[in-house]
Amino acid sequence: MDTVWWSRLLTGLTLSFHVLFATVGVGIPLMIAIAEFVGIRKKDAHYILMAKRWTRGFVISVAVGVVTGTAIALQLALVWPNFMQMASNVIALPLFMEVFAFFFEAIFLGIYMYTWDRFRNPYIHWLLTIPIVVGAGMSALFITTVNGFMNQPDGFILEASHFVAVNPIEAMLNAASPSKAFHVLASAYLTGAALLAGIAALTMLKKGKSDYAQKSLKLMMSIVLVFSVLTAIAGDVSAKFLAKHQPEKLAAAEWHFETERGADLILLGWLNAEREVVDALRIPKALSFLAFGDFDAEVTGLEEFPSDELPPLIVHYMFDAMAGIGFVLMGVAVLYFVLLLLKKREEINRWLLRAIIVSAPLAFLSVEMGWFYAEIGRQPWMIRGYLRVEEAATSSPSVVFLFFLFLLLYIVLGVLCVIVLRRLFRNNPADLEFNKYLQDQELPPVGKEGSN
Amino acid sequence: MISYELIGITVLWIFLYGYLIVASIDFGAGFFAFYARATKQDHLINRLISRYLSPVWEITNVFFVFFFVGMVGFFPDSAYYYGSALLVPGSIAIILLAIRGSFYAFENYGSKDNTTYLFLYGATGLLIPASLSVALTLSEGGFITEQDGVVALAYFELFSSPLSWSIVALAIVSVLFISASFLTFYASRARDLPALKLLRTYAMFWSTPTIIAALTAFIYLSQHNERHFQNMMDLWWLLALSVGFYMCALWHLYHARRYGLAFVCVMLQFLCAFFAYGIGHYPYILDPYITIQGGATHESMGIALVIAFIGGLCLLIPSLILVFKLFLFDADYVKGRK
Repeated sequence: MDTVWWSRLLTGLTLSFHVLFATVGVGIPLMIAIAEFVGIRKKDAHYILMAKRWTRGFVISVAVGVVTGTAIALQLALVWPNFMQMASNVIALPLFMEVFAFFFEAIFLGIYMYTWDRFRNPYIHWLLTIPIVVGAGMSALFITTVNGFMNQPDGFILEASHFVAVNPIEAMLNAASPSKAFHVLASAYLTGAALLAGIAALTMLKKGKSDYAQKSLKLMMSIVLVFSVLTAIAGDVSAKFLAKHQPEKLAAAEWHFETERGADLILLGWLNAEREVVDALRIPKALSFLAFGDFDAEVTGLEEFPSDELPPLIVHYMFDAMAGIGFVLMGVAVLYFVLLLLKKREEINRWLLRAIIVSAPLAFLSVEMGWFYAEIGRQPWMIRGYLRVEEAATSSPSVVFLFFLFLLLYIVLGVLCVIVLRRLFRNNPADLEFNKYLQDQELPPVGKEGSN
Repeated sequence: MISYELIGITVLWIFLYGYLIVASIDFGAGFFAFYARATKQDHLINRLISRYLSPVWEITNVFFVFFFVGMVGFFPDSAYYYGSALLVPGSIAIILLAIRGSFYAFENYGSKDNTTYLFLYGATGLLIPASLSVALTLSEGGFITEQDGVVALAYFELFSSPLSWSIVALAIVSVLFISASFLTFYASRARDLPALKLLRTYAMFWSTPTIIAALTAFIYLSQHNERHFQNMMDLWWLLALSVGFYMCALWHLYHARRYGLAFVCVMLQFLCAFFAYGIGHYPYILDPYITIQGGATHESMGIALVIAFIGGLCLLIPSLILVFKLFLFDADYVKGRK
């Protein structure tokens, strides 16, 4: 393997690790804000406790998110100096604003954590969640436009490898940005809610039902439901965008070799030696519909592109995994509410709880698969049409050693993060804390709806 | 009309100065917290330190990323040269920052009283400024070579250069001095007399090495980069001001009064020295490859970044004031009653 390969592996490693924490970082603040709002609204201390406990766990994951975010920010320049030199000329604006947005979020997170009891009006404390949610969302938005630029470079004129005109706003609002940002935000909220729902379900399965866990599960499942629908819509928008602007990426994901009308959608399967699809599930004409909203539309196939500009075909599985999990999450949420309605929350059965627990890691897997698809599907380009990965990478052989060094770092950080989080909550279950909390506070313990 | 690249470098330099101060407080506090634990004096100061650090550690880290991203944005060539040359030292700095940030959170929000975490936290507090200061050494020229389009770092020259070691030494002692004088002030606000007494001795102790290290680095600079040295000599009044503020800070510390003013003097001391160094560096960002004019980004991007920066400041300054009001200047919080 050459240094380009190792550079890709190192960056891929950092990003795959970072994206877990980045997703938590974008998703969880909204859940905290919702829980605290519901708590103040209903005067139900359970929800306030939820917000408090989630915040406590959240800051630990934020810490890992911050340091890995710093790592990727620096690695972009250290591992891809040629890319950063070129991209910086055009796309520095959102990178810069991303840091501002995060700065804003960090400041208010610091204030939020340490001011639980400092305001007489509880809504003032709740208001602090808004800059956190907005800051996190904006930083996701800005950084996604940078990724959008790598897919759909825009806003500059290049003459003899020299920039003669640069329009930072146009570069930021490139064709890929809107659908990407929508997809990233919706899936981050979905994943955040799925994570917290999974934790609530796990508590119920292990320790039996409690008001706290039930309320938490119901609140989070309703958010899973909303955002799984929005994520699916965002995915559809993204597919339609790809069909129009980046057809090779969609075609690679769908193993669509020949340009044709009424193209079939291929699920799973594999390729034989003659590059024919075997053992796949075919949905007639569905690809045309997915791509253009018309069962007879013409979908561009891979044959139209030079063979050295094709993405690897493995992205097919990543695409299927991402989309498949998305629908599973939606299905589990629907099932939960159907059971809730039918049985009047009597019996959320253990199998459903298990499914909700499994949904949490699946949601993260889906985010990972989505990013793998987004990044590998852009190959061989770093900036599509302008800069190939092999031209962008560092020439230093040290990347091999650094890959293993960072691998070790992420293993240590990941393991410690889990240990610390477990220790933080295992010896301090919600009900115990709730009782203590009631003694400290003189709030009305539980609102009208908290009786069951 | 001042050009956008000058605005850019000025803004970045101010931010780097901001990072120098807040990060020094943070790095030094980590070291003192560990040192106090090791010498069994932690009951005196560690609660005070964690009370200050808890709300602000992330802000410190963002200062650094902000500087870095701004630098690459305004001067894309610096990404190419520094990025290529700093792959290894930069990665080590990332790892140290990662260990520090996450272990701080693990210690502080997770398991209390874990001495290993605290040791790593304290040790990285000294190693990070040492590794980051390498970038300043490199900017003086002579350590980065470019041949046939391959940029490389001359490790032997770097490690055998007295300039680079004197800058490392200066970075470390400055961190300890800035941090100790801030914490002295913070302890006096909290009216925590035992902590105040201990921290004041730290501040006094590290004051002399700071000025010696600064002079040493300055002398080695004159041997390594004559032009930079001469430029700084032309700014002798800034250097003299810096020494004046240093004496002023020391005087207040010695007489054990007005610690707030003493810390402001320390800040001004470093402000003057830092700007004398920075202005003397002009016009180079990396001697001799990148100049401020030659390496600047396209004008439209430069202007967009300046506008984004002003907009960002309009958001950030009120929020930072809020943080300071709530945590730094709220006497009740500082004293631990909130």
